[in-house]
Amino acid sequence: MAHVVFTPNLRRHVDCPDAEAPGATVGEVLDGVFGVNEPLRGYVLDEQGGLRKHMGIIVDGTVISDRRRLSDSVRPDSRIYVLQALSGG
Amino acid sequence: MSGEMLVSTRKGLFTVAKNGGWKIDDAAFLGDNVTLALNDRRSGYQYAALDHGHFGVKMHRRKPDEAWQEIAVPAFPEKPEGLVETDGWGNELPWTVKRVWALEAGGPDQDGLIWCGTLPGALFVSHDHGESWQWVKSLWDEPSRKRWMGGGADWPGIHSICVDPRDSNIVRLGVSCGGIWRTRDCGKTWQLTANGMRAEFLPPEQAGDPEVQDAHLLAQCRDEPDRFWVQHHNGIFRSDDAAVNWTEIHDVKPSGFGFAVAVHPQDGDTAWFVPGIKDEKRYPVDGKLVVTRTRDAGKSFDILDKGLPAEHAYDVVYRHALTIDDTGNHLAFGSTTGGLWLTEDSGEGWQEVSHTLPPIHAVRWN
Repeated sequence: MAHVVFTPNLRRHVDCPDAEAPGATVGEVLDGVFGVNEPLRGYVLDEQGGLRKHMGIIVDGTVISDRRRLSDSVRPDSRIYVLQALSGG
Repeated sequence: MSGEMLVSTRKGLFTVAKNGGWKIDDAAFLGDNVTLALNDRRSGYQYAALDHGHFGVKMHRRKPDEAWQEIAVPAFPEKPEGLVETDGWGNELPWTVKRVWALEAGGPDQDGLIWCGTLPGALFVSHDHGESWQWVKSLWDEPSRKRWMGGGADWPGIHSICVDPRDSNIVRLGVSCGGIWRTRDCGKTWQLTANGMRAEFLPPEQAGDPEVQDAHLLAQCRDEPDRFWVQHHNGIFRSDDAAVNWTEIHDVKPSGFGFAVAVHPQDGDTAWFVPGIKDEKRYPVDGKLVVTRTRDAGKSFDILDKGLPAEHAYDVVYRHALTIDDTGNHLAFGSTTGGLWLTEDSGEGWQEVSHTLPPIHAVRWN
């Protein structure tokens, strides 16, 4: 199962320990994580299921390309980082 | 009189209360962007809308002296596949709530009903004290809603919600940029009522188009409910017929530009504004912070400055950051540079509560 790490800055607002979930895509894995931690979903995704504008996801060192459908592939041993997309200052 | 107010700021929600003098009595959500708050006198619930930026818009609720709890936040339904929506300028319109821009309790006969306006311009209603929210599709489906334009914000938005004190099913909205809207049936059907407004920035032949008027704030007089005031992008407008037709008020000194307006709850001829240099500069004329007040329906204006900074003041007062209490004597306003001032005599004199608060989005008497 893929391993998911959330930015520690989220902890101030919502419980978000590291998690593991099965899935062939980023979206499937995150859906599994949010399935047992529903409050976390709205902090990472908007109501259309897309990645929030100022969030970023890196899978095994590569920034995902599909922010809307989260269709980027993951392996069973992938590490998925859900981060703030910080830029500048 | 009111002895307490909620001050929503870029870095938290502050409760200001009169304990001897006016002081900050409580601070919540420190570090977080609280864009708007509501004290619902019917239920005792207080609501706070937060914009976490990275993590989106959230809604919290509490009973006084209890802890804040996150509750449901208004959300768009699933966007139809392939649909691309644009505003009146042609900019793509997201189907996601970017900011809670209006939050009002329904009438006294509508227990649990809360209205919420958002950026982009959608209306939501809750019938259960914010436990759940319904998208008001009837307004979204209005054909001319698609002509609404972003103004100061990136998208058009609903910033004003006035529940008619005579009939709670009659609700009026102020939209930037989209004019004034009215429902007589609690949101089932809608009518546009912005006749007489003028958008100077548009080509002359379109300046009077009601659908694109940039109302900055809409205010209704409680005891003379046919009297409305709008602080508009172009200046100040008044309606004497329940917001159907509007008259522009000319030659207001030092400026008719601003965002906020407060109307006296008993006397519709009396209203207050916080002017600034229009519209590309947006700071007090000559760096001197003043409040203007009319007591004759806009024929003349008093310039009220006692107790306010007289020089090098660059405070902008946003649309929700001027508030008046039930007596009409107590007003308060907060600025983008963290100043909070209050009057107990209708604006004749002002006292500074703080000049070190974070940028202030909204001030509201409880």
